Amino acid sequence: MARLVTFFIMLFFWILISGMFDPFHLGVGVFCCLLVTIFSHDLLFYGHPDLPWLFDIFKVLAYLPWLFYQIFLASLEITYIVLHPRMLEIIDPRLVRFRTRLRNTLSRVTLAQSITLTPGTITVNMSGNEFTVYALTQKSAEGLPGEMETRIARALERE
Amino acid sequence: MSIFSMIVAALLFLGIFFFAIGAIGILRFPDFYSRLHAAGKCDALASTLALIAIALFNVRDFDWTLFQSWDNLRVSLKILLIILFVYVATPAATHAITKAAFIVGIEPWEKRKRNR
Repeated sequence: MARLVTFFIMLFFWILISGMFDPFHLGVGVFCCLLVTIFSHDLLFYGHPDLPWLFDIFKVLAYLPWLFYQIFLASLEITYIVLHPRMLEIIDPRLVRFRTRLRNTLSRVTLAQSITLTPGTITVNMSGNEFTVYALTQKSAEGLPGEMETRIARALERE
Repeated sequence: MSIFSMIVAALLFLGIFFFAIGAIGILRFPDFYSRLHAAGKCDALASTLALIAIALFNVRDFDWTLFQSWDNLRVSLKILLIILFVYVATPAATHAITKAAFIVGIEPWEKRKRNR
């Protein structure tokens, strides 16, 4: 089942990118998608061989607008800091370490990526469940891991 | 000037604005790590806004009877896919550079040297 879904996602992607609808290009597309499906069907839905993830996709889609809203806030904050005349008094960079309670590798990577994308924080290192985060201001350091972890847990983790 | 092209222009200008903020940030921040903040974050939002504007402009006169319109819609979807890839690639690249700097041992700038 996972193979079938992988195949159709690949095929959709091929048609989207190529835009050629003659038999030759479609045939090459189907052939390549079959090869990719045979060799790496277990990569796209890593750790989810059965199909309950289909419902999880909606949860992930619910997470994305919130992430975009956070990115927007982050950029406004960075804009404020960058344009402030006495910038060096506002920023107070520091390294923060914390442990996450996310168990799944995918959700940990998502957390790391989301942290890097949002307010004044960059993930420096991630080993096991320990994150090292470089925060630009005290305020952004206090906000970790906070609401983002809860939301990712809701979107990607299953009990 | 229609409302549609005004929206497109506003999105483009916002995108350019955030790109400019990113560039100014790179010049103004005190050390390597904080410069990466400006470089990595504003770019994600700026390119999103600019690419949405381009994708909208590309389907400006959509007519479902014409094949050309559907082809334009496909190109717009491709442009929206770029946003997705930017969102995956930007944090990964920022993280890779930060980690490399951290391993090499570049000292972060601190507000005041703390007594040990």
